[in-house]
Amino acid sequence: MLDPRTARPFPIVAAEAVRDTQMRGNVRHATEVIQNKRARVVAERGDWQALREAGKRLREHAIRNMDAYLLEFERNCTRAGGTVHWARDAAEAQAIVVKLASEAVGASAGTPTAGRPAPGEVIKIKSMTTEEIHLNGALEAAGIRPYETDLAELIIQLGQDQPSHIVVPALHKNRQQIREIFRREMQLPELGETPQELAEAARQFLREKFLRVETAISGANFLIAETGGVCVVESEGNGRMCLTLPKTLITIAGIDKVVARFRDLEVLVQTLPRSATGERMNPYNSIWTGVRPGDGPQNFHVVLLDNGRTDVLADEPARQTLHCIRCGACQNACPVYRETGGHAYGSVYAGPIGAILTPQLLGMQHAQSLPYASSLCGACYEVCPVKINIPEVLIHLRSRVVKEQAASISGRLHPEALAMRAAASVFRSERRFRAAQRAGRMAMKTMARDDGAGQPWIRSLPGYLGGWTSVRDLKAMPKQTFREWWEQRPHRTADGQDRNKPGVPDHPTGTTKQPPASVESA
Amino acid sequence: MNADARSVVLGRIRAALNDHPQADAAQLNAEWLALPRDYNQQGHLTEAERLDLLEDRLHDYGAEVTRVAGHEVAAAIAAVLAMRGNRPTLMPQGFPAEWTPENAALTMDDTFSTRELDRFQGVVTGATAAIAETGSLVLQDVAGQGRRAGTLIPDFHLCVVRAEDVVENVPQAFARLAATPTLPTTFVSGPSATADIEMTRIKGVHGPRFLHVLLVDG
Repeated sequence: MLDPRTARPFPIVAAEAVRDTQMRGNVRHATEVIQNKRARVVAERGDWQALREAGKRLREHAIRNMDAYLLEFERNCTRAGGTVHWARDAAEAQAIVVKLASEAVGASAGTPTAGRPAPGEVIKIKSMTTEEIHLNGALEAAGIRPYETDLAELIIQLGQDQPSHIVVPALHKNRQQIREIFRREMQLPELGETPQELAEAARQFLREKFLRVETAISGANFLIAETGGVCVVESEGNGRMCLTLPKTLITIAGIDKVVARFRDLEVLVQTLPRSATGERMNPYNSIWTGVRPGDGPQNFHVVLLDNGRTDVLADEPARQTLHCIRCGACQNACPVYRETGGHAYGSVYAGPIGAILTPQLLGMQHAQSLPYASSLCGACYEVCPVKINIPEVLIHLRSRVVKEQAASISGRLHPEALAMRAAASVFRSERRFRAAQRAGRMAMKTMARDDGAGQPWIRSLPGYLGGWTSVRDLKAMPKQTFREWWEQRPHRTADGQDRNKPGVPDHPTGTTKQPPASVESA
Repeated sequence: MNADARSVVLGRIRAALNDHPQADAAQLNAEWLALPRDYNQQGHLTEAERLDLLEDRLHDYGAEVTRVAGHEVAAAIAAVLAMRGNRPTLMPQGFPAEWTPENAALTMDDTFSTRELDRFQGVVTGATAAIAETGSLVLQDVAGQGRRAGTLIPDFHLCVVRAEDVVENVPQAFARLAATPTLPTTFVSGPSATADIEMTRIKGVHGPRFLHVLLVDG
C-alpha cells in the first residue's frame, strides 16, 4: 500500500528503483510517447499560453473563494436531488462511503440473480482520491467487493500492484506483463499481447459487471458551483457505464475540485486532454447535475473531502498546489520521475506534483524527502496547464523542512545543521574560503577516480558528507579555481579593453592564454 | 457527526483564507467577470472549412463520416443499417420523423432496462452540437438524443449532425450549452478508446466501438 506515513525515504527507494531496468524502460517508453503526442497537439494551438493563463486564473479564483463556491455547489446539487456529505479526513470519508454503499448494496441484495442473492459489490471509476483514502481496503473490510473498471486500475487491482502515475496508473507495466496478469486472473491461457486483444479481454471481463452491479463509486474532475453539476473526463466508456447504469452513484471529490461556473470548463476541457494524454479531446466527458428522472442513477451522493487540503490552503506560497487538475504532464516531463517511476514517491501522487502535494496533505513530518526529489529544472512548470510554479513551491517546502528540523534541539545538533553553520563561517571570510578550497583539492586526490573520459569523479565522500554522494556522483574540483585563473591572466590594456575577452583576441597571432577547459566558477 | 464535519471543514477554509477578504456575491461576480480570457472564442473558418475540419478530426479518431443532404437522411440511415445487417437498433423518443426510415430494425426507446438495452446492436441519435477543432459530438438528454444509457450500451452509434450545429471551437460549444447546463451532457470524441497500454490510443473498449456520423449539409 502506498502510504506516505510508512513509506521509506525517496532516495533509498529511488536507488533501488533505478536498478529495475525493465520498469525504467517501460516508464521511459510511455512517457516519451505521451510527451511527443502532447507537444504536437499543444503546438497546434496558437492560443495555448492564453489558455494556460485563463486556466491558472480561474482555478486561483475558485480556490481563493473556496468556501463560497462549495456552499453554492452544495445548494445547487441538493436542489437537483443530490445529497452532499462532508469529510474531514480519510477515515471519515471511508466511513461515509462504506455506510452509503452498504445501504445501497443491501437494498439491491433483495433481488436474487439466477437464484442467488446479489453479492455485495460496487463498480468503480478510476479515482486518485479514492486511492488516497485507501477506500478499497475499507470496502473489502465491510464485505463489499469493489471492481476497478478503468483498464489501468484493473491491471493494478488484478496484479495486486500500486498505481505509479495519476493518469495512467499502470504506466510501469508493458504489454507482456499485462498479458501475464490477465492470463492468470481472467483464466485466459490463450490471450495474446496486442493492446487490442488486451482491451477486448477487459471488455469481456467487465461487461457483465456493468450490467449487473447497481452501485458505483466515482471521483470527479470538476465540481461546478454555479449549477451543482459534476464533470468526469475519461476515455474508455467505463466511466459512463458507472455514472449511468447503476441505481446509486457515490462521488468522492476533494474540496479543491470546485470551479466557479459552467463556462470555466471551456478552458479546462481544452487543456486537460492535451496535457494528459496528448489528445485534442478524450473520448468522453460526462457532465450531470444531481438526479435526472429517467436518465442515470436516481440515488446520488457527493462526498466533499478535506484530508489535509485546508492545510495547503493556509500556506499562501504553497496554495497554488490546489490549482492542480491532475493531468500528469509534470510527471511525464520530469527527469527524476522518468528515471525512478512512480512507486519511489511512496504516495499515489508521484512526480513533481506528488513531491509538493504529498508532504502537504500529510503534514511535513511525513514524506520530508519528497521536496528534494527534484533537480528544480522547471520542466514541470513549463508543461503545467494551470501554470503551477512547482519549483517555487518545492523550494518553499524545503525551507519548511529545514525550519521544522531547526525548531528542535536534535535538529540544531544535527550534523547537517552543524555543517551548514561551518559552511556559513567559511563563506563569510575570503581567507577561510581559499584555505578550504586548497584543503578540498588535497583531500579529494585520494577519492577522485577517472571516468575513462579524462574527467575525475567522486563516488563517495567520507563521514556526514557521504549523504551528498549516496544519491549522486560528484564531479571532482578543478585543478585551478576561477579566482586563481583570474589572478594569473594578463592585465587589462591601457585603453581599458579586456584582452582576455573570449572571441576578442588582442593579437592576430592569438598568443593570449586561453582559460583552461576545466575552470569552473568558484 | 456529518453536520459537524461540514462546519469544521468550512471553518478551516475560512481560517486558511484569512489573508483574502471574504467576497460577497457581487464581488465574486465582478472578480469572475474580470478573469482573463484571451484564448480563441470566435471562429475564423467558413462553413465549408468547418465541416471539412470536423470530418478530418472524426476520421482521426477512427469514426466514419458520410455527407448527406437534408432530404437524404432517412435513406442514408436505412443504407447504413442495411450495411450492418439490419440488426436491432434503438431510436430515442423525439427522433425527427423526416429522418426516420421505414425500417423494422428500429425500435423507439421505452424505459428499457439495462439488460433490455443490451439486446440492441446499434443506436441512432441527433446531437446538440459538434465541435470541429476537437472532433466532438455533444449529446444531451433531449428529444432526438435521449438518455445517456441509450448511446452507451449498443456497440454502434450512428449520429446525425446538422451543419448549422457544427461550431468551430470549444468555447463556441459552451456558449450554445449555456442555456441548458444542468441537462445530462456527454461530449463524445470518437469511438471508445484507451491509451492505458504503453500510451498508445487504441479503439474500442466499453463504450460504442463503432461511430458513424451523418453530416447533413444542405
